[in-house]
Amino acid sequence: MISQLLLAATQTAEQSTEATFWLPPGASTTSSSVDPLFNFIMGVSIFFFVLVMAVLAYFVIKYRKRSDDDKTSPISGNHRLEIVWSLIPAVILVVMFVWGFKGFINLSVPPDNAMEIRVIGQKWFWEFSYPIDGITVRKGEKLVVPINKPVKLVMSSEDVLHAMFIPAFRIKRDVLPNRYSVIWFEATKLGEYDIFCAEYCGDEHSKMTHTIKVVSAAEYEAWKVEAASGGDMTPAQLGKKLFTGLGCVACHSTSKDKKKMVGPPLFGLYGNTETLTDGKTVKVDDKYIRSSLIEPNSQIVKGFAPAMPPYKGRLKEKEMAGMIEYIKSLK
Amino acid sequence: MTTAAETIDPAEGNEPSYLSATKGLRSWLFTVDHKRIGIMYLVAVLLFFMVGGLLAIGIRIELATAPGDFVSAQTYNKLFTLHGAIMVFLVIIPAIPASLGNFILPLQLGAKDVAFPKLNLASFHIYVVGALFLLYAIVSGGLDTGWTFYTPYSTSTDTSVIAATTGAFILGFSSIFTGLNFIVTIHKMRAAGMTWTRMPLFIWSLYATSVIQILATPVLAITLLLLTMERWLGIGIFDASMGGDPVLFQHFFWFYSHPAVYIMILPGMGVISELVTTHSRKNIFGYRAIAYSSVAIALIGFLVWGHHMFVSGQSMIASAIFSFLTFGVAVPTAIKVFSWVATLYKGSIRLTTPMLYALAFLFLFTIGGLTGLFLGTLATDVHLHDTYFVVAHFHHTMMGGGLIAFIAGLHHWWPKMTGRLYSELWGKIAFVLVFVGFSVTFFAQFVAGTNGMPRRYHSYDSLSPAMRDLYEYWQSISSIGAYVLGVGMFIILFYLIHSLIRGKRSGPNPWGGKSLEWETASPPIEHNFHGHPICKHGPYDFDEIDHQGA
Repeated sequence: MISQLLLAATQTAEQSTEATFWLPPGASTTSSSVDPLFNFIMGVSIFFFVLVMAVLAYFVIKYRKRSDDDKTSPISGNHRLEIVWSLIPAVILVVMFVWGFKGFINLSVPPDNAMEIRVIGQKWFWEFSYPIDGITVRKGEKLVVPINKPVKLVMSSEDVLHAMFIPAFRIKRDVLPNRYSVIWFEATKLGEYDIFCAEYCGDEHSKMTHTIKVVSAAEYEAWKVEAASGGDMTPAQLGKKLFTGLGCVACHSTSKDKKKMVGPPLFGLYGNTETLTDGKTVKVDDKYIRSSLIEPNSQIVKGFAPAMPPYKGRLKEKEMAGMIEYIKSLK
Repeated sequence: MTTAAETIDPAEGNEPSYLSATKGLRSWLFTVDHKRIGIMYLVAVLLFFMVGGLLAIGIRIELATAPGDFVSAQTYNKLFTLHGAIMVFLVIIPAIPASLGNFILPLQLGAKDVAFPKLNLASFHIYVVGALFLLYAIVSGGLDTGWTFYTPYSTSTDTSVIAATTGAFILGFSSIFTGLNFIVTIHKMRAAGMTWTRMPLFIWSLYATSVIQILATPVLAITLLLLTMERWLGIGIFDASMGGDPVLFQHFFWFYSHPAVYIMILPGMGVISELVTTHSRKNIFGYRAIAYSSVAIALIGFLVWGHHMFVSGQSMIASAIFSFLTFGVAVPTAIKVFSWVATLYKGSIRLTTPMLYALAFLFLFTIGGLTGLFLGTLATDVHLHDTYFVVAHFHHTMMGGGLIAFIAGLHHWWPKMTGRLYSELWGKIAFVLVFVGFSVTFFAQFVAGTNGMPRRYHSYDSLSPAMRDLYEYWQSISSIGAYVLGVGMFIILFYLIHSLIRGKRSGPNPWGGKSLEWETASPPIEHNFHGHPICKHGPYDFDEIDHQGA
């Protein structure tokens, strides 16, 4: 019985990419393997729910109180019936368990030839880097992957727990500080899909979303060339893009009103002299901005908490220059 | 045949009820009468239920539309955290055991009080102190960790985590005291003739619950203590950069909190066993199966905590074992549902307000149980974990199960506790609103969840337009359902208060119950019974049962 059901599952596997009432469009080999199991459990659940409720409704109508002289049955159990209704669910549940475990192994073990993308989760954005091509994708840019090629995400967190969730692929995994967790997929359908953070991580948790774009192999190659060159932005434009992409906007205002957020407002800051928490003063110049990015908590401006994550090793020299130019331009 | 009239001698009826035996606020606050303590718990639980419910309405207003336009993200995070913490620690855990259980358990056993009346009072005082700590946490900066306090977020946020964990720590002792009291009372204070298999099933369920309370709650206490030390002294046990493990916290937390969901649901199952029998005039179908399955659920329930952590990175073998054991809880749960339905067979069913809630329990809890299968199954849990599907699932079990059973039991024993009847008409109107409102609220969340909407999202407009619109459609329906549910709840509050003032006298036994609590006056006298009651028959040996016709 179990093997028959598993066989049925593999037979329907390739047809489950359309959206149903319950499930969003599936776009990967993993969605094709999970959806039949989901539909099986849904079918079993609906069948038993309707059955039990129909019996319940029938009893309530049929045995509703007629008069004060009603007599009721002295039945207080039936061993044969009780054994039957214990065993039937037990057998079905074993099927679910075995099928679910097989599917889980498939979801958890990436193929050997999977292309690797490194992922950093940080309050409140994702950063994806392609180690071989030297490309980094941040907030506001799309994560581009080729169709029909296994991709492995090797993930860790810079701060609290996050979770990588791509509903269209039916995959999810917690992202932890000081640990690597792995998730994989092989996209089977071109298009753009949502990425969510599924583990609560604070104020802007619901903004920690991203878009993944599945493209053809040729388009992917073309995109790689363009992304690696960085386009033809000026340093300040690059800085502005990074400022969004690295999540700086969540804590630093850049507008003229100098709104105080978690960190100091940056408008008109360049060139000022600021007092630090230890009473010393510092002039905001290129050197200070640079050290504030690499080791932000070594020189904290008075009135602010040491809350900024360090970006040591995360920015290339060109990107560092871009950030400095951008902050300089805020006046 | 024993009837109620035999044991209640009208000549002795002049003795005042527990409500009027002594007077003054002090006579309540320092009472050792289990009935008064139960009533004080009931008032506190209903008060916090209202607070938690209003917080939920705030959440629903925010989520009705995709942008975060009602409250700020920080405020929203505090709203759902406090909704969860208040509902779990201050409402559902004490709701049935500490309020209805405290009142009814000694009466059903034929005892004059619980085994340790002063410990019982201490339990209530501790509850109040714990609640004050939680309230202090709210006014001194709030709490935004979620009721689960996951590290390292809970060790790094600047909200009042220590005050809240201290509150939950203290509340745990209140729960332990009640559980200890019940276990000793059940073992030592049953009336003459009350064998273990003559105990009402409500008692069995409270027994199973008490075992969990005593064994699991200390683990929560230790966990919260470690969390407090982590925040305060930086000991590093959950801090990866100091060689600790943030996932360890989840293991500790769920080692308590999964058994705790059985603390929340088992007493409700006990209430349902009392109600489907009494209001259908039938003996329970499969007494032993129901009684022992409570104990089985309590024991297996200790070994399934890891099913909250299938995507956390715990080992695959651990996940497989936890998944298998989780299905092991599903079987006794299914047996209970089948037994309750079979109890109705050839009965004489009265669709009273408590019975309607009992039937609603069977409907809603069955949905809660079946949707649990999707989450116990490893491959499907990966997609559904931390989505609205989980939110809808546990509301079906905790509210559709636990709290609906509490409301059912409240209506069933209200005449016993107050001596008054409420309006059946308003009872039924409110029932329809509660049932329909609840079903709409959470059906919509199931659909949003299977379609991938994550939980704990303040806004959902920074995603693709197609999914945004789909989520908004179901979330707005869910909000409408919640408003209907809220109106139903307030109607219940109003007609219950009205019944205290204007309600008809109920007499000692309005439902024709056969367990011992119906053999004394309503409301009962201070010492429960005149003389010592003797248990001569099973709890469901109703007059209508046709023993000859078998």
